[in-house]
Amino acid sequence: MATGESQTPDYQQRKWQNLRKLLERSGPFCHPDFEPSAEILDFIMNSCKVLIVGAGGLGCELLKDLALMGFKKIHIVDMDTIELSNLNRQFLFRKNDIGLSKAKCAVEFVNKRIPGCEATAHHCAIQDLDEGFYKQFHIVVCGLDSIVARRWLNGMLMSLLQYNDDRSLDQSTVIPLVDGGTEGFKGNARVILPGMSACIECTLDLYPPQKTFPLCTIANTPRLPEHCIEYVKVIQWAKENPWGTTTGLDGDDPQHVAWVYEKAQERALKYGIANVTYRLTQGVLKNIIPAVASTNAAIAAFCATEVFKLATSCCVNMNNYMVLNMADGVYTYTFSAEKSPDCVACSNNTQVMEIQAEATLQMIYDKLCEDQLYMMKSPGITTVINGRNKTLYMSSIKSIEERTRDNLKKKITDLGLYNGADILVADVTTPNTITIKLKFIENIDVEMSR
Amino acid sequence: MASPSPKSPEQTEKTKQYDRQLRLWGDHGQMALEHGHVCLINATALGTEVLKSIVLPGVGSITIADDKTVSDDDIGNNFFLESSSNGLNRGSEALRLLLELNPAVQGHAVQEPTDQILRENPDFFKAFSVVVATALEDKTIQNLAQHLWDINVPFILCRSVGFLGSFRIQIKEHAVVETHPDNEQTDLRLDVPFPALAEYLDGFDIDGVELKDHGHIPWIVILYKAVQKWQISNTNCWPMSRKQKNEVKSIIEEFIRKDENGIPINEENFEEALRAVNTALMPTFLPTNIQNLLYSSAATNLTKESSPFWIMCSALRNFIESEGKGKLPLRGVLPDMTASTEHYIKLQNIYRSQAAMETEIIYRKVQQIIAQLHCENISEGEVKLFCRHAHDLYLIKGSNIATEHQLGGTVAAYISRYLEEPDVMMVHYILLRAAEMFRSEHCRAPGDWEPEGDIAMLKTCVNKILSDISCSPFPKDDHIHEMCRYGGAEIHSVSAFLGGCVAHEAIKIVTKQYKPVNNTFIYDGASTNTTTFTF
Repeated sequence: MATGESQTPDYQQRKWQNLRKLLERSGPFCHPDFEPSAEILDFIMNSCKVLIVGAGGLGCELLKDLALMGFKKIHIVDMDTIELSNLNRQFLFRKNDIGLSKAKCAVEFVNKRIPGCEATAHHCAIQDLDEGFYKQFHIVVCGLDSIVARRWLNGMLMSLLQYNDDRSLDQSTVIPLVDGGTEGFKGNARVILPGMSACIECTLDLYPPQKTFPLCTIANTPRLPEHCIEYVKVIQWAKENPWGTTTGLDGDDPQHVAWVYEKAQERALKYGIANVTYRLTQGVLKNIIPAVASTNAAIAAFCATEVFKLATSCCVNMNNYMVLNMADGVYTYTFSAEKSPDCVACSNNTQVMEIQAEATLQMIYDKLCEDQLYMMKSPGITTVINGRNKTLYMSSIKSIEERTRDNLKKKITDLGLYNGADILVADVTTPNTITIKLKFIENIDVEMSR
Repeated sequence: MASPSPKSPEQTEKTKQYDRQLRLWGDHGQMALEHGHVCLINATALGTEVLKSIVLPGVGSITIADDKTVSDDDIGNNFFLESSSNGLNRGSEALRLLLELNPAVQGHAVQEPTDQILRENPDFFKAFSVVVATALEDKTIQNLAQHLWDINVPFILCRSVGFLGSFRIQIKEHAVVETHPDNEQTDLRLDVPFPALAEYLDGFDIDGVELKDHGHIPWIVILYKAVQKWQISNTNCWPMSRKQKNEVKSIIEEFIRKDENGIPINEENFEEALRAVNTALMPTFLPTNIQNLLYSSAATNLTKESSPFWIMCSALRNFIESEGKGKLPLRGVLPDMTASTEHYIKLQNIYRSQAAMETEIIYRKVQQIIAQLHCENISEGEVKLFCRHAHDLYLIKGSNIATEHQLGGTVAAYISRYLEEPDVMMVHYILLRAAEMFRSEHCRAPGDWEPEGDIAMLKTCVNKILSDISCSPFPKDDHIHEMCRYGGAEIHSVSAFLGGCVAHEAIKIVTKQYKPVNNTFIYDGASTNTTTFTF
């Protein structure tokens, strides 16, 4: 066909006929605000800006799905480059593309396959983009494998919320977040209306705790092949430094993996432990999550349907969390995750931490890492004393860590903190510094009551 | 500094590419997939989405049968067609773009309509591991389903219209050895310890263990000793009731050493033993579903044509009736537990050796049967896998779609039973069927031109189905209206969701791992609900 013809309104009408039936007709299950018209498709195509976070297994699917659901102004961000092990599911990439930017490759492919699609790639970390960038989107859809990145993004969208003078939410600042995740034959999808429904931080307990092996088991009483591999990774590598002291263990370097595999085998042999394999070694070193095309396709499509509903109101959205299990038949379960009233990210309330007056800074630090409310990774704690910022503890910068390490043992009152004092907490799980008001409590054992 | 150069197995390009899925179905699952040949009838958006997720993981080959020409709206919702595909054969175009995904996959396109293939070359379908069909006429569905049933080729029929979709798996018989259950039952035999285990456990002196090693005694030993002590005052008895289990727990608590102040020392292995009381004391038994399987006629009346699954079932039954003394072969897997390396490995080897011994007996029985029947050999590896998973064997006895479509007595009763329950998605099934009936009567989808006019006619179809199953008409007019609003539109994201699911089920069928849907799955993207029916 001539290229000119593909741009005629008539052709466009025919091409998008399937979507037009949904958007130009009313139905009994439509969202109450829905007014069928041709303008909705026009809005999706020419005004609605959607951000896809992640151009991996879910991201590739999402880009294709949204482009075929009429969206044109799609941005996609991913810092990763393409690897061979991606090709079993990330269908926009070929062997020739290995080493190239995932975001750029995906965009190039889809813009070519679907004329009119104007997807834009950002080959960078989500943390490299600022508020101004995120603010421009109508909807964000997220297909990440990292919980920390997800939490950071969630925090970013929450920080864009503005409140009216009467403390009610300014709804025009709400950017809906659709989030999908998969692991093997299982997955989940959710719709988050920032400030209005449960956000990622409200439901941190839905993430399974990370599996770790106690150091004493690894060192003294190994039983499983994983223990042998962990030993080489955690202890033997640092002792022997096979590639010199400046080279850390890289799970993507086949020589490193092979070295660990060999040493782990030696250790396993010594203890009579069976089944140390190369595949297992790699899995333990890189914390590999199994992944397959079909599960990703299903979860991404589920998310894309919700994005389409959000953008068009042609149907009510899912409320608000769906789990999928494809290991035993195909099973889905949808439930309404509840917004936590004192959520660190999405509640407009002052954060209060109850703590004993006799507590040490270490106790605050541990609370920030272990309490279901915070679950932080390496919080940096500062405060303001007499109008001046004072760093109490920060582990992310080596020199500051060394300088502030002793503070952990000190009583918080000796550090100048008092009942009602504010501490400012920064962490990789959030783009914002969180202000927490300390509230001193009677000396009762908090751990016992929990 | 010279780099160390470990001599480790070079991973092949293929194992690297498929690494993330090999962790799910193993090298043998991959091998099965690479021997698979999947046929797609009609390269609609749903059809190509199914093939996409089968080609990516590396199925052996695909064949697309499609006589349609690519139209503008095909290009609008199908990723595996491009602007230049317009006017060309849809199957060939889709095939070309699908094969780009994975050079290891072979592909063929056939441009004849399904009815013609069924008429002129029905053997065409014999070559396939699974046939997947979309957008078929009611009459063709019945003919194709009957034929595939007769030649015993698995069939998945898929539909996608508006926010609604479904797929139906037709498979005569499907046996799964590796079901990969989330929580595998442990098989420890504490109630009936085999000689090597009894010898080890009886020889273990808990009281004689020094304090520093006390925390390294495997909980299995602790639990066994506690039960033995409990049995002193409960002869010939096994703790079953909650009260009895609590008594065992008290004994375990007594085992825990105390410090100089009489405060119990916190030991992880004793904690584990206390937690295990509720699950690990379950007596060893032969599950009813496995028993039924082993005594079904397919397992008791073997012929030369019997599948390896049934031959192994027969050998397994023979084992249970003789050497196994009524029990399945030992699973041979020791769960992880706090223990010294020495204790753990010793115990692990005891379980493993016993399992290997029992597997060997069953393998010999399998060989005997093969020799008697003169049928194809079954490898030792296969028998091992079978014995290892003997507790979780799973069998689907399928039903014929053609029978379902004729709405006979059993099917009718099944449908009407679910129609009466308000939250069950049977109404969606009726509407999908009614829309198909509408299409064969009017040669277009309900609401294709404009929705309102077709509502009454679609309702007639619904009522016809309802009267066929002797149900009174239901007042769900809004569902009929919604179906007319869809006007037969195929929405990409709805098809992509179903496509992922159907591909997944096809892979389960080809690899014979994991439990497939039995047998009908319905998805409503509007209410984000799904359900499974067994017709």
